[in-house]
Amino acid sequence: MLTLLGVAVVVLGFAARFNPLLVVVVAALVTGLAAGVPPLTVLATLGKAFNENRFVSAVLIVLPLVGVVERAGLQERARTLIARFRGLSVGPLLIAYLLFRQITAAIGLISIGGHAQTVRPLIAPMAEGAVENRVGRLPPETTHRIRAMASATENVGVFFGEDIFVAIGSILLMVGFLSQSGITLDPLQLSVWAIPSAVCAFLIHGTRLVLFDLGLRRAAQRASRTAAAE
Amino acid sequence: MIKLGVVYVLAGLMFAAFAVFSATDRSNPKRLGNAAFWGLVSLSFLAGDRLGDLGNGFLVVGLALIAGLGLLGRGQPATTSPQERQALAARFGEKLFIPALALPVVLVFAILVLKPLHVAGQPLLEPKQSTLVSLALAAVIAIGLALILLRQPILSPLQEGRRLMDTVGWAALLPQVLAALGAVFALAGVGKVIGDLVTHWLPMDTRAAAVAVYCLGMAGFTMIMGNAFAAFPVLTAGVGLPILMHRFGGHPAAVASLGMLSGFCGTLMTPLAANFNLVPPALLELPDRYAVIKAQVPTALLMLAANMVLMYAFAFPR
Repeated sequence: MLTLLGVAVVVLGFAARFNPLLVVVVAALVTGLAAGVPPLTVLATLGKAFNENRFVSAVLIVLPLVGVVERAGLQERARTLIARFRGLSVGPLLIAYLLFRQITAAIGLISIGGHAQTVRPLIAPMAEGAVENRVGRLPPETTHRIRAMASATENVGVFFGEDIFVAIGSILLMVGFLSQSGITLDPLQLSVWAIPSAVCAFLIHGTRLVLFDLGLRRAAQRASRTAAAE
Repeated sequence: MIKLGVVYVLAGLMFAAFAVFSATDRSNPKRLGNAAFWGLVSLSFLAGDRLGDLGNGFLVVGLALIAGLGLLGRGQPATTSPQERQALAARFGEKLFIPALALPVVLVFAILVLKPLHVAGQPLLEPKQSTLVSLALAAVIAIGLALILLRQPILSPLQEGRRLMDTVGWAALLPQVLAALGAVFALAGVGKVIGDLVTHWLPMDTRAAAVAVYCLGMAGFTMIMGNAFAAFPVLTAGVGLPILMHRFGGHPAAVASLGMLSGFCGTLMTPLAANFNLVPPALLELPDRYAVIKAQVPTALLMLAANMVLMYAFAFPR
């Protein structure tokens, strides 16, 4: 049971909003202590795994590209482009992106998009622009809600699309684990079972995006009515 | 063969440039903290394999201390003003999309055309990390296009990259550090303890209860561990195989697949899945660290219910 102390450190540390990097290192040391592993062995395990997982942070090499196209005005252009489609609302825009991400993930092209590559430079400004087209300048809270929803849509699209692709890590993990237990499966059998969930995800998140859009419109109408009454 | 090592050298040099530019950025009162933090990341990419396990461990502690003691600030590289950007956007027009779209186009080309190629009997791209190698290649080509087509200063990608890097800050390293924590959890046997707790204390006499325990367990365990990959072996060995597949005769592919997807619902709800949930709010400059998680929770809960219904209704023989 003491082994779970590290988990408790993580939960409490994140809830209390301490710096997560520090929380993780403390949790690692506490977990090791509780399990009777010497601190230096814990540090070495942590360091070894950190070094082996450098590929996780290596994707940050796209940031210079994102920054330089921003410098040249890409976000502004993305808004202008959306302004040309006056009828395009934020709901359908994000639903189209959801479908795009589900399909690209399902055919193994996850890294074609992402929070850095597509959401920050293109999708978030387009989504904000689509709402601004209707109601004019947005208060910061509304901008933040739209951006958070754009990021959420990216995640939902990828998560419930990628398992349709046969060569994704999670499918290979399942095949490997089950074969050790004497169950031989073809990756395709597993990925077929991801399709019903992908359809549900599209319907559920798509409905939420429609409601999100309607909610923003109602809020805008209310704001303009109070403005007119004054 | 273009190896992963090339990408690491590229990333290491990029972070070295961030560190040097940070050190000389007088607009940032905490410039030395930034220089030290990005310098350590650079060291990790350039020389991580030569530092030894303990050396890397101390490097992680160094990163955590710089971040935890609030020594990281935000540099302000000279960039274009919003008015200048409007003017540039009007001048360049649709040309602006070319570098941004070159990234996915080159990426797809690399994955579909370069990846299967062999030169002198060796694959052209390192097979295990071919997507990352392709991404690096695509980024370099797209930056080249941006410099030429949009006539940007030669150092601007590095300065603009530093601007975004400082915006994200310590959160950028969190996914990698959390992955390392997973190794410590594995060493201490955290997964097994939780798995035993779940299988010993929860009732699984009926098919519905067993489905619920498996799916909710996958989601909950994923929230604690930060990814569904750590949860899957534990819960499938404890609940999926012996109870759902063997006792109730569930179809292995359906049970495993829907169980994994239930785990993904947990990923949408946990700050421990930092690259999906904590880095984006930093990147989008949202004041609430948990804003993206909050936007995802309703979808995640409904999807969890959907996966349970799908498993209960379709994974078992009638």
